[in-house]
Amino acid sequence: MKNIFTLMILVAFGIMIYPLVNSFKGNDKLPELGNYYAQPENVTKVNSANLVTAVVVTYRGLDTLGEVSILFLTAAIIAFFLKKQTGKHEVRENSEIFTTAAKVLFPLMIILGVYIFMNGHLTPGGGFQGGAVIASAVILMLLAFPEVPVNQKLLSYMESISGIVFVGLAALGALIGFGYLDNAILPLGTFGKFLSAGAVPIIYSFVGLKVGAELSNILVEFKSVQSNE
Amino acid sequence: MEYIALGTGMLVILAGLWAIMTRKNLIRIIIGFSLFDTGIHLVLVAISYVKGGTAPILDSTVCIQDAAQRIVDPVPQALVLTAIVIGLGVTALMLAFAMKMHKEKGTLDIRSFKDLKW
Repeated sequence: MKNIFTLMILVAFGIMIYPLVNSFKGNDKLPELGNYYAQPENVTKVNSANLVTAVVVTYRGLDTLGEVSILFLTAAIIAFFLKKQTGKHEVRENSEIFTTAAKVLFPLMIILGVYIFMNGHLTPGGGFQGGAVIASAVILMLLAFPEVPVNQKLLSYMESISGIVFVGLAALGALIGFGYLDNAILPLGTFGKFLSAGAVPIIYSFVGLKVGAELSNILVEFKSVQSNE
Repeated sequence: MEYIALGTGMLVILAGLWAIMTRKNLIRIIIGFSLFDTGIHLVLVAISYVKGGTAPILDSTVCIQDAAQRIVDPVPQALVLTAIVIGLGVTALMLAFAMKMHKEKGTLDIRSFKDLKW
């Protein structure tokens, strides 16, 4: 009985979305908004080679701010929700190969993450992706050395300072530029070079630091509630 | 190409819905939610595809002047980036709830949580 009900819901949902697939014809040219962003005069106004970054950090920068605050809320709720465990958490000792590899890989992964978020305006990547890579480096260390304590205070300070700098730079755009999150508060530089797109690389670097610190904090919280009883 | 991505996205959405409705283990239900998320991202990116277009990153092969003719729409891609991050936050929260529920009852089976069932 219950299976039939589930099947009915699935079939109904399938029928509901089938016209969307069926009537989809594909686009032959850019829609109006995308076309506006791709016009040469608008590209040079932001001067970021990666147009997705231009949209994320400047045109729709307010959405990014909201996104960052959602991540912050998630981290805050998880920290509030998961009480620290006092009991001891017994873990099997890691193999020599794993711990050595983790030690070698950790700095390389951090450097890769920093590279990804600093070049967000030139290559695929950006703050969120770089932050996720940094957090994956942290989880590698958490798995390799479970008994080493993590300085959560440092992580939260890093996160708060990055968030304040992000909002501050955005407000600076409103004060001396044309509007909130305007990237022209710094010289725009040469198109396609590392020093270009004004404040975009700086904003994205701080977003990357913030996301990396936040995700690491969430992972540390998850690890700290584990216990044997 | 966009048809394959669109169809796959819709199928992944249905698979996620199926997992949410039929699985009994909380972790698997959460994986179902993640699948649902991923399917929606695939659909969004497929819809924004422009025939013969390339990634919206301008370099020596795609110069500024002919950008509007050769790139795909950057706006939905930026939206998907936002959606991925929010999906991550939701998944992390759900996992935290699952941990709390496991501590409460000692099991992850959804059938043992009857407190709110009528």
